[in-house]
Amino acid sequence: MKVFRILSRDIRDSFKSVFRNFSLSLASITCITITLLVVSISVILSLNVNNIATLIEKDVTIVAFLDKGIEEVDIKLLQSQIERLDNVESVVFQSKEDTKNEMMEASEDFKNVMENYTEDENPLQDSFKIKVVDIERIGNTANEIKELSGVDVVKYGEGMVEQLVNVFKVVRNVCIFIVVTLIVVTAFLISNTIKITIYSRRKEIEIMRLVGASNLNIKIPFVFEGLFLGILGSIIPMLATIYGYTALYEQSGGILFSQIIQLVEPMPFVVWVSIILLVIGMIVGMFGSLLAVRKHLKI
Amino acid sequence: MNLIRMKGVKKTYKNGVTAIYDLDLKIEKGEFVFIIGSTGCGKSTLIKMLYREEKPNAGEIIVGGLNVAKLRNRKVYKLRRKLGVVYQDFKLLPKSTVYENVAFALEIFGLPKSEIYEKVLKVLDLVGLKNKAKHYPTNLSGGEQQRVAIARAIVNEPKLLICDEPTGNLDENTSMEIMKVLDEINKMGTTIIMVTHDTKIVEKMKKRVILLDAGRIVKDYAEGTYVNEGI
Repeated sequence: MKVFRILSRDIRDSFKSVFRNFSLSLASITCITITLLVVSISVILSLNVNNIATLIEKDVTIVAFLDKGIEEVDIKLLQSQIERLDNVESVVFQSKEDTKNEMMEASEDFKNVMENYTEDENPLQDSFKIKVVDIERIGNTANEIKELSGVDVVKYGEGMVEQLVNVFKVVRNVCIFIVVTLIVVTAFLISNTIKITIYSRRKEIEIMRLVGASNLNIKIPFVFEGLFLGILGSIIPMLATIYGYTALYEQSGGILFSQIIQLVEPMPFVVWVSIILLVIGMIVGMFGSLLAVRKHLKI
Repeated sequence: MNLIRMKGVKKTYKNGVTAIYDLDLKIEKGEFVFIIGSTGCGKSTLIKMLYREEKPNAGEIIVGGLNVAKLRNRKVYKLRRKLGVVYQDFKLLPKSTVYENVAFALEIFGLPKSEIYEKVLKVLDLVGLKNKAKHYPTNLSGGEQQRVAIARAIVNEPKLLICDEPTGNLDENTSMEIMKVLDEINKMGTTIIMVTHDTKIVEKMKKRVILLDAGRIVKDYAEGTYVNEGI
């Protein structure tokens, strides 16, 4: 009961103090708002880049061409063998007739050429289209498939896929680096601003000590105050994220520049980004305050 | 019984200045003691050691059973809750009302609201500021601010009230009003130690007077025996 009373008073006092030191609070809140906006933009950008990379990677397919004249039983057996490989996500069989029809639809020239062949003389091969789980191991998987009997040739865009994977790896790492750096810089900026505002209130801390407040008595209201500043500072970035991104998505129809660049759907994406912003604001506000108060306490 | 007992206390500041040399002092419960002396004689250092703003280099200081000389920084609040301190510059929170300034000293104990309200109004009445509870300190006169500070210092009913030049910033009439308040508090049983250089007040009050010079007690006048010798 006593602890509860003290805590509720601390919360009340920290609320009051946010408003009584309005200009100082405003400085902290503005700083939090601006830095979190930058964090929001960078998080949205990097998550989208990541999304595009994932979509492109998902498109990569291994095509295994089968020996000519392979029996239906062997095809079934081969399919189950491929499905059992550990990096294989899905296997789709495409008969040479399907391939022929597909190609004839795709190009007029090809149609003319193909019409010269009868059903029995189809020069094409039956094939499997295989998606993998981990694109970095696509080379090994392709080799494993090639070893199976009944498989003639395996193609997956050798060389190009490896390059793509490497480029995406770099892009992803750069994104993570930028976001982490920004968050660290944000934390530093916010805690510094709070430090300055608390420096101007060191007299208050001194008086609290003189009338018998323990270190904990002094710290808790400031920590709550930091928490409130963090929450208040993240309101605008959160709204900007939710409404700004949704508007951008709707304006562009979810696509930027070309079909390849697909944006992440706003729901529940913006909610997650907003929660991240709020959590950063709260934690940085609290710890910024705590560190700043500790400097003025005699421990 | 001694409320305060100092034995062989010595204080040398880091810059090499020795403010107190081998000081012995006993103060009984319920006494009203003035500590006087010229500027730099060590009187401020002496009382700062009593509320543990400064730490002695040697000797023993017992305040209300607490060994102050050995008290750790993080435990200082335990001492501060047992005594009240009044300063020359009031040290009020400018952005809190009179009521809040006084109530703050009780809120940290976690007392229920109704009890705090009752106690705060009682002390504000005692210092004559009951009708200014909702004012901010900056809207009060110096004398009124000092009375708020006194109210804050005594609201948790300490056995000891330490006053560091409480009338230093006030004119003669206001000073005497403050002294009346302090005298009343003393009559209710609180021990008061007051540092001052205003010998007029000391003469009028006729209390025990301790004269310090260059870090040593040179004279300890019993109640009513003080005469201004112009030192």
